Amino acid sequence: MMTNQGNRLTQGQFSYLPDLTDAQITAQIEYALAKNWAVGVEYTDDPHPRNTYWEMYGNPMFDLKDASGFLKEINACRQTFANHYIRVTAFDSTQGVESPRMSFIVNRPKNEPGFGLARQEIGGRQIQYTVHSYATDKPEGERY
Amino acid sequence: MHDLPSDKRSETPEPEHAAASPAAAPLTVSQVMAESQVQTVLAELEQGLVGLAPVKQRVRDIAALLVIDRLRKNRGLAAQAPSLHMCFSGNPGTGKTTVALRMAQILYRLGYVRKGHLVAVTRDDLVGQYIGHTAPKTREVLKKAMGGVLFIDEAYYLYRPENERDYGQEAIEILLQVMENQRDDLVVILAGYKDRMDTFFSSNPGMSSRIAHHLDFPDYSAQELLRIADQMLVELNYRFDDGRNGLESARAAFEQYLELRMRQPHFANARSVRNALDRARLRQASRLFAQAEVAHSAEDLSTLNAADLRASRVFAQAAP
Repeated sequence: MMTNQGNRLTQGQFSYLPDLTDAQITAQIEYALAKNWAVGVEYTDDPHPRNTYWEMYGNPMFDLKDASGFLKEINACRQTFANHYIRVTAFDSTQGVESPRMSFIVNRPKNEPGFGLARQEIGGRQIQYTVHSYATDKPEGERY
Repeated sequence: MHDLPSDKRSETPEPEHAAASPAAAPLTVSQVMAESQVQTVLAELEQGLVGLAPVKQRVRDIAALLVIDRLRKNRGLAAQAPSLHMCFSGNPGTGKTTVALRMAQILYRLGYVRKGHLVAVTRDDLVGQYIGHTAPKTREVLKKAMGGVLFIDEAYYLYRPENERDYGQEAIEILLQVMENQRDDLVVILAGYKDRMDTFFSSNPGMSSRIAHHLDFPDYSAQELLRIADQMLVELNYRFDDGRNGLESARAAFEQYLELRMRQPHFANARSVRNALDRARLRQASRLFAQAEVAHSAEDLSTLNAADLRASRVFAQAAP
Protein backbone atom coordinates (compact mmCIF):
# COMPACT_ATOMS: atom_id res chain seq x y z
CA MET A 1 0.00 0.00 0.00
CA MET A 2 1.41 3.37 -0.99
CA THR A 3 0.30 6.13 1.34
CA ASN A 4 2.74 8.69 -0.01
CA GLN A 5 2.61 8.53 -3.75
CA GLY A 6 5.59 10.02 -5.52
CA ASN A 7 7.65 9.36 -2.41
CA ARG A 8 7.66 13.01 -1.46
CA LEU A 9 9.54 13.60 1.74
CA THR A 10 7.10 14.73 4.43
CA GLN A 11 9.02 16.57 7.08
CA GLY A 12 8.17 19.85 8.74
CA GLN A 13 5.32 22.12 7.80
CA PHE A 14 3.40 22.15 4.51
CA SER A 15 5.10 18.98 3.35
CA TYR A 16 1.82 17.42 2.14
CA LEU A 17 1.11 20.50 0.03
CA PRO A 18 2.53 21.28 -3.40
CA ASP A 19 5.84 23.18 -3.28
CA LEU A 20 5.51 26.68 -1.88
CA THR A 21 5.87 29.57 -4.30
CA ASP A 22 8.31 32.37 -3.57
CA ALA A 23 5.42 34.62 -2.52
CA GLN A 24 4.22 31.99 -0.06
CA ILE A 25 7.72 31.52 1.32
CA THR A 26 8.01 35.29 1.72
CA ALA A 27 4.75 35.37 3.66
CA GLN A 28 5.91 32.59 5.98
CA ILE A 29 9.22 34.34 6.65
CA GLU A 30 7.45 37.63 7.30
CA TYR A 31 5.37 35.80 9.90
CA ALA A 32 8.51 34.49 11.60
CA LEU A 33 10.16 37.91 11.50
CA ALA A 34 7.08 39.52 13.05
CA LYS A 35 7.53 37.13 15.99
CA ASN A 36 11.24 38.01 16.26
CA TRP A 37 12.38 34.53 15.34
CA ALA A 38 15.77 33.97 13.74
CA VAL A 39 15.53 32.36 10.34
CA GLY A 40 18.15 30.09 8.82
CA VAL A 41 18.56 28.16 5.58
CA GLU A 42 19.77 24.55 5.79
CA TYR A 43 20.45 21.81 3.27
CA THR A 44 21.20 18.09 3.28
CA ASP A 45 21.18 15.06 1.03
CA ASP A 46 20.45 12.63 3.85
CA PRO A 47 16.69 12.85 4.35
CA HIS A 48 16.42 10.32 7.20
CA PRO A 49 13.86 11.67 9.69
CA ARG A 50 16.32 11.29 12.56
CA ASN A 51 18.97 13.32 10.75
CA THR A 52 18.77 16.57 12.67
CA TYR A 53 22.15 17.80 11.55
CA TRP A 54 21.42 19.64 8.33
CA GLU A 55 24.19 21.88 7.05
CA MET A 56 23.63 25.58 7.45
CA TYR A 57 23.88 27.61 4.28
CA GLY A 58 25.80 30.79 5.03
CA ASN A 59 25.64 32.53 8.36
CA PRO A 60 22.55 32.54 10.52
CA MET A 61 20.56 35.64 9.68
CA PHE A 62 19.71 37.22 12.99
CA ASP A 63 19.44 40.86 12.10
CA LEU A 64 17.61 40.89 8.79
CA LYS A 65 14.40 42.88 8.85
CA ASP A 66 12.85 41.96 5.53
CA ALA A 67 12.08 38.67 3.82
CA SER A 68 13.62 39.66 0.50
CA GLY A 69 17.10 39.17 1.96
CA PHE A 70 16.18 35.61 2.97
CA LEU A 71 14.69 34.83 -0.40
CA LYS A 72 17.94 35.92 -2.00
CA GLU A 73 19.81 33.50 0.23
CA ILE A 74 17.34 30.68 -0.47
CA ASN A 75 17.71 31.18 -4.21
CA ALA A 76 21.49 31.20 -3.92
CA CYS A 77 21.28 27.93 -2.00
CA ARG A 78 18.92 26.43 -4.58
CA GLN A 79 21.41 27.29 -7.28
CA THR A 80 24.32 25.72 -5.42
CA PHE A 81 22.46 22.64 -4.20
CA ALA A 82 19.80 22.11 -6.83
CA ASN A 83 19.52 18.41 -6.01
CA HIS A 84 19.49 18.62 -2.26
CA TYR A 85 16.77 19.10 0.28
CA ILE A 86 16.70 22.70 1.48
CA ARG A 87 14.63 23.83 4.41
CA VAL A 88 13.95 27.11 6.14
CA THR A 89 13.91 26.99 9.92
CA ALA A 90 12.78 29.71 12.30
CA PHE A 91 14.20 29.67 15.82
CA ASP A 92 12.64 31.21 18.88
CA SER A 93 15.12 32.33 21.54
CA THR A 94 12.68 33.44 24.23
CA GLN A 95 13.18 30.20 26.20
CA GLY A 96 16.87 30.94 26.53
CA VAL A 97 17.82 28.43 23.87
CA GLU A 98 17.21 28.69 20.16
CA SER A 99 14.25 26.36 19.70
CA PRO A 100 12.81 25.62 16.28
CA ARG A 101 9.32 26.99 15.83
CA MET A 102 8.89 26.62 12.10
CA SER A 103 10.55 24.41 9.55
CA PHE A 104 9.55 23.81 5.97
CA ILE A 105 11.16 22.39 2.86
CA VAL A 106 11.74 24.85 0.02
CA ASN A 107 13.66 22.65 -2.39
CA ARG A 108 13.75 18.90 -3.05
CA PRO A 109 15.54 16.65 -5.52
CA LYS A 110 13.72 15.87 -8.75
CA ASN A 111 13.65 12.18 -8.04
CA GLU A 112 13.07 11.04 -4.48
CA PRO A 113 13.54 7.28 -4.11
CA GLY A 114 12.04 7.26 -0.63
CA PHE A 115 12.61 4.86 2.25
CA GLY A 116 12.71 1.11 2.63
CA LEU A 117 11.88 -0.87 5.73
CA ALA A 118 14.89 -2.82 7.00
CA ARG A 119 14.33 -5.84 9.24
CA GLN A 120 16.95 -7.18 11.60
CA GLU A 121 16.64 -10.49 13.41
CA ILE A 122 17.77 -10.38 16.98
CA GLY A 123 17.62 -12.86 19.84
CA GLY A 124 14.89 -15.50 19.63
CA ARG A 125 12.38 -14.81 16.86
CA GLN A 126 12.34 -11.10 17.52
CA ILE A 127 12.58 -8.62 14.66
CA GLN A 128 13.77 -5.01 14.83
CA TYR A 129 12.58 -2.57 12.24
CA THR A 130 14.18 0.57 10.95
CA VAL A 131 13.70 2.84 7.95
CA HIS A 132 16.48 3.22 5.47
CA SER A 133 16.75 5.88 2.79
CA TYR A 134 17.60 4.38 -0.59
CA ALA A 135 19.46 7.54 -1.46
CA THR A 136 22.04 7.06 1.27
CA ASP A 137 23.37 3.87 -0.33
CA LYS A 138 25.50 6.18 -2.43
CA PRO A 139 28.21 8.41 -0.99
CA GLU A 140 27.52 11.98 -0.02
CA GLY A 141 27.17 14.40 -2.92
CA GLU A 142 26.20 11.64 -5.41
CA ARG A 143 22.89 10.71 -3.89
CA TYR A 144 20.44 12.49 -6.14
CA MET B 1 27.97 47.94 11.93
CA HIS B 2 26.86 50.32 14.60
CA ASP B 3 23.41 50.94 15.87
CA LEU B 4 22.54 54.56 16.17
CA PRO B 5 23.17 56.09 19.57
CA SER B 6 20.00 56.17 21.60
CA ASP B 7 19.46 59.90 21.23
CA LYS B 8 19.36 59.51 17.47
CA ARG B 9 17.11 56.50 17.45
CA SER B 10 13.39 56.96 17.60
CA GLU B 11 10.73 54.31 17.85
CA THR B 12 10.33 52.03 14.86
CA PRO B 13 7.02 52.65 13.18
CA GLU B 14 4.26 50.18 13.94
CA PRO B 15 3.30 47.98 11.03
CA GLU B 16 -0.48 48.38 11.47
CA HIS B 17 -0.96 50.50 8.36
CA ALA B 18 1.76 48.95 6.23
CA ALA B 19 1.16 49.32 2.52
CA ALA B 20 -1.82 46.95 2.63
CA SER B 21 -4.46 48.12 0.23
CA PRO B 22 -7.53 49.30 2.14
CA ALA B 23 -11.10 48.35 1.30
CA ALA B 24 -11.77 51.61 -0.54
CA ALA B 25 -8.68 53.01 -2.25
CA PRO B 26 -8.15 56.67 -1.29
CA LEU B 27 -8.70 59.16 -4.12
CA THR B 28 -7.73 62.50 -2.60
CA VAL B 29 -4.48 63.79 -1.21
CA SER B 30 -5.96 64.23 2.25
CA GLN B 31 -7.23 60.67 2.28
CA VAL B 32 -3.77 59.35 1.51
CA MET B 33 -2.28 61.67 4.10
CA ALA B 34 -4.77 60.54 6.72
CA GLU B 35 -4.28 56.90 5.90
CA SER B 36 -0.50 57.00 5.86
CA GLN B 37 -0.12 59.40 8.82
CA VAL B 38 2.74 61.00 6.93
CA GLN B 39 1.51 64.38 8.14
CA THR B 40 2.71 63.71 11.67
CA VAL B 41 6.21 62.86 10.46
CA LEU B 42 6.32 65.95 8.28
CA ALA B 43 5.12 68.10 11.16
CA GLU B 44 7.73 66.55 13.41
CA LEU B 45 10.36 67.34 10.81
CA GLU B 46 9.08 70.90 10.58
CA GLN B 47 9.04 71.57 14.32
CA GLY B 48 11.65 69.15 15.60
CA LEU B 49 14.40 70.42 13.35
CA VAL B 50 15.55 74.01 13.41
CA GLY B 51 16.46 75.71 10.13
CA LEU B 52 17.37 73.49 7.16
CA ALA B 53 14.73 75.11 4.94
CA PRO B 54 15.99 73.70 1.60
CA VAL B 55 16.16 70.18 3.03
CA LYS B 56 12.65 70.37 4.43
CA GLN B 57 11.37 71.63 1.11
CA ARG B 58 12.92 68.72 -0.73
CA VAL B 59 11.54 66.20 1.76
CA ARG B 60 8.07 67.71 1.28
CA ASP B 61 8.50 67.47 -2.50
CA ILE B 62 9.42 63.81 -2.27
CA ALA B 63 6.49 63.12 0.04
CA ALA B 64 4.18 64.91 -2.40
CA LEU B 65 5.46 62.85 -5.31
CA LEU B 66 4.87 59.62 -3.42
CA VAL B 67 1.36 60.68 -2.40
CA ILE B 68 0.46 61.58 -5.97
CA ASP B 69 1.92 58.30 -7.17
CA ARG B 70 -0.37 56.48 -4.78
CA LEU B 71 -3.35 58.35 -6.22
CA ARG B 72 -2.22 57.58 -9.77
CA LYS B 73 -1.95 53.93 -8.91
CA ASN B 74 -5.46 53.91 -7.47
CA ARG B 75 -6.74 55.42 -10.72
CA GLY B 76 -4.99 52.73 -12.71
CA LEU B 77 -2.35 55.06 -14.18
CA ALA B 78 1.22 53.92 -14.57
CA ALA B 79 3.12 54.72 -11.40
CA GLN B 80 6.67 53.58 -11.76
CA ALA B 81 8.49 53.72 -8.48
CA PRO B 82 10.79 56.74 -8.66
CA SER B 83 14.46 56.36 -7.85
CA LEU B 84 14.90 57.70 -4.35
CA HIS B 85 18.57 57.19 -3.67
CA MET B 86 19.87 60.33 -2.03
CA CYS B 87 23.04 62.11 -1.15
CA PHE B 88 23.19 64.31 1.94
CA SER B 89 26.13 66.65 1.93
CA GLY B 90 26.94 69.16 4.59
CA ASN B 91 29.29 70.03 7.39
CA PRO B 92 29.42 67.93 10.54
CA GLY B 93 26.50 68.30 12.92
CA THR B 94 24.04 69.70 10.39
CA GLY B 95 21.48 66.97 10.98
CA LYS B 96 22.20 64.51 8.18
CA THR B 97 21.62 61.38 10.27
CA THR B 98 18.52 62.80 11.91
CA VAL B 99 16.95 63.65 8.57
CA ALA B 100 17.89 60.21 7.21
CA LEU B 101 16.00 58.63 10.08
CA ARG B 102 12.94 60.77 9.43
CA MET B 103 13.24 60.00 5.76
CA ALA B 104 13.08 56.29 6.51
CA GLN B 105 9.84 56.85 8.39
CA ILE B 106 8.29 58.97 5.68
CA LEU B 107 9.15 56.44 2.99
CA TYR B 108 7.74 53.69 5.14
CA ARG B 109 4.47 55.50 5.83
CA LEU B 110 3.99 56.15 2.15
CA GLY B 111 4.62 52.49 1.41
CA TYR B 112 7.80 53.08 -0.59
CA VAL B 113 9.89 50.83 1.64
CA ARG B 114 8.42 47.84 3.43
CA LYS B 115 9.99 48.05 6.89
CA GLY B 116 11.31 51.56 7.40
CA HIS B 117 14.38 50.73 9.47
CA LEU B 118 17.64 52.57 9.04
CA VAL B 119 20.94 50.71 8.80
CA ALA B 120 23.81 53.11 9.37
CA VAL B 121 27.20 51.94 8.10
CA THR B 122 30.62 53.33 7.30
CA ARG B 123 33.47 52.10 5.13
CA ASP B 124 34.50 49.50 7.73
CA ASP B 125 31.19 47.70 7.45
CA LEU B 126 31.30 47.42 3.68
CA VAL B 127 34.93 46.93 2.74
CA GLY B 128 36.84 43.79 3.65
CA GLN B 129 40.46 43.34 4.58
CA TYR B 130 41.60 40.80 2.04
CA ILE B 131 40.72 39.59 -1.45
CA GLY B 132 37.28 38.02 -1.54
CA HIS B 133 36.21 39.49 1.77
CA THR B 134 34.52 42.60 0.46
CA ALA B 135 31.72 41.15 -1.64
CA PRO B 136 30.18 38.94 1.07
CA LYS B 137 30.56 41.71 3.61
CA THR B 138 28.82 44.26 1.42
CA ARG B 139 26.08 41.80 0.49
CA GLU B 140 25.53 41.02 4.16
CA VAL B 141 24.99 44.70 4.90
CA LEU B 142 22.72 45.11 1.89
CA LYS B 143 20.65 42.15 3.03
CA LYS B 144 20.26 43.75 6.42
CA ALA B 145 19.07 46.97 4.85
CA MET B 146 16.50 45.28 2.60
CA GLY B 147 13.08 46.77 3.11
CA GLY B 148 14.57 49.86 4.69
CA VAL B 149 17.14 52.57 4.24
CA LEU B 150 20.90 52.07 4.00
CA PHE B 151 22.71 55.11 5.34
CA ILE B 152 26.38 55.24 4.36
CA ASP B 153 28.13 57.82 6.47
CA GLU B 154 31.25 59.46 5.05
CA ALA B 155 30.71 57.62 1.80
CA TYR B 156 33.72 59.20 0.09
CA TYR B 157 36.01 56.93 2.08
CA LEU B 158 34.75 54.06 -0.06
CA TYR B 159 36.88 55.33 -2.91
CA ARG B 160 40.58 55.73 -2.31
CA PRO B 161 42.22 56.89 -5.51
CA GLU B 162 45.71 56.80 -4.01
CA ASN B 163 45.58 53.00 -3.75
CA GLU B 164 44.51 51.33 -6.95
CA ARG B 165 44.20 47.95 -5.27
CA ASP B 166 41.83 49.27 -2.65
CA TYR B 167 38.81 47.03 -2.15
CA GLY B 168 36.47 50.00 -1.86
CA GLN B 169 35.89 49.97 -5.60
CA GLU B 170 34.45 46.47 -5.33
CA ALA B 171 32.00 47.60 -2.67
CA ILE B 172 30.97 50.53 -4.87
CA GLU B 173 30.30 48.22 -7.80
CA ILE B 174 28.08 45.92 -5.75
CA LEU B 175 26.27 48.94 -4.35
CA LEU B 176 25.67 50.32 -7.83
CA GLN B 177 24.28 47.02 -9.02
CA VAL B 178 21.84 46.77 -6.13
CA MET B 179 20.88 50.45 -6.37
CA GLU B 180 19.95 49.89 -10.00
CA ASN B 181 18.28 46.48 -9.88
CA GLN B 182 16.58 46.41 -6.51
CA ARG B 183 15.21 49.89 -6.27
CA ASP B 184 12.03 48.68 -4.59
CA ASP B 185 13.96 46.72 -1.97
CA LEU B 186 16.03 49.46 -0.44
CA VAL B 187 16.91 53.13 -0.55
CA VAL B 188 20.55 54.15 -0.28
CA ILE B 189 21.48 57.46 1.33
CA LEU B 190 25.08 58.61 1.08
CA ALA B 191 26.28 61.26 3.47
CA GLY B 192 29.44 63.25 3.82
CA TYR B 193 31.15 66.61 3.68
CA LYS B 194 30.31 68.65 0.63
CA ASP B 195 33.70 69.09 -1.02
CA ARG B 196 34.79 65.50 -0.52
CA MET B 197 31.49 64.13 -1.78
CA ASP B 198 31.94 66.24 -4.92
CA THR B 199 35.36 64.67 -5.50
CA PHE B 200 33.87 61.25 -4.85
CA PHE B 201 31.13 61.77 -7.42
CA SER B 202 33.45 63.21 -10.05
CA SER B 203 35.58 60.05 -9.85
CA ASN B 204 32.51 57.76 -9.74
CA PRO B 205 30.15 59.13 -12.38
CA GLY B 206 28.08 55.94 -12.27
CA MET B 207 27.27 56.62 -8.64
CA SER B 208 26.38 60.24 -9.26
CA SER B 209 23.95 59.42 -12.06
CA ARG B 210 22.14 56.83 -9.99
CA ILE B 211 21.42 59.27 -7.21
CA ALA B 212 18.39 61.36 -8.00
CA HIS B 213 18.44 63.67 -5.03
CA HIS B 214 21.39 65.71 -3.88
CA LEU B 215 20.51 67.55 -0.69
CA ASP B 216 22.80 70.22 0.70
CA PHE B 217 22.65 70.81 4.42
CA PRO B 218 23.51 74.44 5.15
CA ASP B 219 25.37 75.50 8.27
CA TYR B 220 23.26 76.83 11.12
CA SER B 221 23.27 80.49 12.04
CA ALA B 222 24.02 81.50 15.63
CA GLN B 223 20.32 82.12 16.31
CA GLU B 224 19.39 78.69 14.99
CA LEU B 225 22.03 77.08 17.16
CA LEU B 226 20.65 78.90 20.17
CA ARG B 227 17.20 77.51 19.43
CA ILE B 228 18.73 74.05 19.03
CA ALA B 229 20.33 74.48 22.46
CA ASP B 230 16.94 75.44 23.92
CA GLN B 231 15.36 72.32 22.44
CA MET B 232 18.13 70.08 23.72
CA LEU B 233 17.80 71.48 27.23
CA VAL B 234 14.02 71.03 27.24
CA GLU B 235 14.47 67.41 26.25
CA LEU B 236 16.92 66.89 29.12
CA ASN B 237 14.77 68.79 31.63
CA TYR B 238 17.28 71.58 32.00
CA ARG B 239 16.95 75.29 31.38
CA PHE B 240 19.14 78.35 31.11
CA ASP B 241 19.19 80.65 34.12
CA ASP B 242 17.13 83.65 33.04
CA GLY B 243 19.20 86.07 35.14
CA ARG B 244 16.31 87.34 37.23
CA ASN B 245 18.17 87.47 40.56
CA GLY B 246 20.81 89.96 39.45
CA LEU B 247 23.02 87.32 37.84
CA GLU B 248 23.95 87.27 34.19
CA SER B 249 21.52 85.50 31.91
CA ALA B 250 22.90 82.10 30.99
CA ARG B 251 21.30 82.23 27.55
CA ALA B 252 23.15 85.46 26.76
CA ALA B 253 26.39 83.85 27.96
CA PHE B 254 25.75 80.90 25.70
CA GLU B 255 25.09 83.19 22.77
CA GLN B 256 28.49 84.79 23.31
CA TYR B 257 30.03 81.36 23.69
CA LEU B 258 28.60 80.34 20.31
CA GLU B 259 29.94 83.45 18.63
CA LEU B 260 33.45 82.68 19.87
CA ARG B 261 33.18 78.97 19.23
CA MET B 262 31.95 79.37 15.66
CA ARG B 263 35.12 81.24 14.79
CA GLN B 264 37.31 78.42 16.08
CA PRO B 265 38.37 75.45 13.96
CA HIS B 266 36.54 72.10 14.15
CA PHE B 267 33.21 73.68 14.83
CA ALA B 268 30.59 70.95 14.35
CA ASN B 269 27.30 72.86 14.47
CA ALA B 270 24.66 71.09 16.55
CA ARG B 271 27.15 68.52 17.78
CA SER B 272 29.35 71.24 19.26
CA VAL B 273 26.27 72.70 20.92
CA ARG B 274 25.48 69.38 22.51
CA ASN B 275 29.05 68.95 23.70
CA ALA B 276 29.11 72.46 25.17
CA LEU B 277 25.87 71.79 27.02
CA ASP B 278 27.16 68.45 28.29
CA ARG B 279 30.25 70.14 29.70
CA ALA B 280 28.10 72.86 31.28
CA ARG B 281 26.05 70.11 32.92
CA LEU B 282 29.26 68.66 34.35
CA ARG B 283 30.22 72.02 35.81
CA GLN B 284 26.73 72.54 37.21
CA ALA B 285 26.89 69.11 38.79
CA SER B 286 30.20 69.76 40.52
CA ARG B 287 28.99 73.20 41.64
CA LEU B 288 26.00 71.59 43.34
CA PHE B 289 28.10 68.69 44.57
CA ALA B 290 30.34 71.10 46.48
CA GLN B 291 27.36 72.34 48.53
CA ALA B 292 27.05 69.10 50.43
CA GLU B 293 24.66 70.33 53.15
CA VAL B 294 22.17 72.21 50.98
CA ALA B 295 18.82 70.67 50.05
CA HIS B 296 18.64 71.45 46.32
CA SER B 297 15.29 72.35 44.86
CA ALA B 298 14.14 70.90 41.55
CA GLU B 299 14.79 74.31 40.06
CA ASP B 300 18.37 74.38 41.28
CA LEU B 301 18.95 70.93 39.89
CA SER B 302 17.69 71.90 36.45
CA THR B 303 19.22 75.35 36.05
CA LEU B 304 22.45 76.04 34.20
CA ASN B 305 23.74 79.45 35.21
CA ALA B 306 26.06 81.83 33.40
CA ALA B 307 29.08 80.80 35.50
CA ASP B 308 28.71 77.20 34.32
CA LEU B 309 29.06 78.40 30.75
CA ARG B 310 31.61 81.14 31.38
CA ALA B 311 34.05 78.60 32.79
CA SER B 312 34.52 77.23 29.29
CA ARG B 313 37.98 77.21 27.75
CA VAL B 314 36.60 79.08 24.75
CA PHE B 315 36.24 82.28 26.77
CA ALA B 316 39.70 81.94 28.27
CA GLN B 317 41.26 81.59 24.82
CA ALA B 318 39.34 84.55 23.47
CA ALA B 319 40.34 86.87 26.35
CA PRO B 320 43.95 87.83 25.44
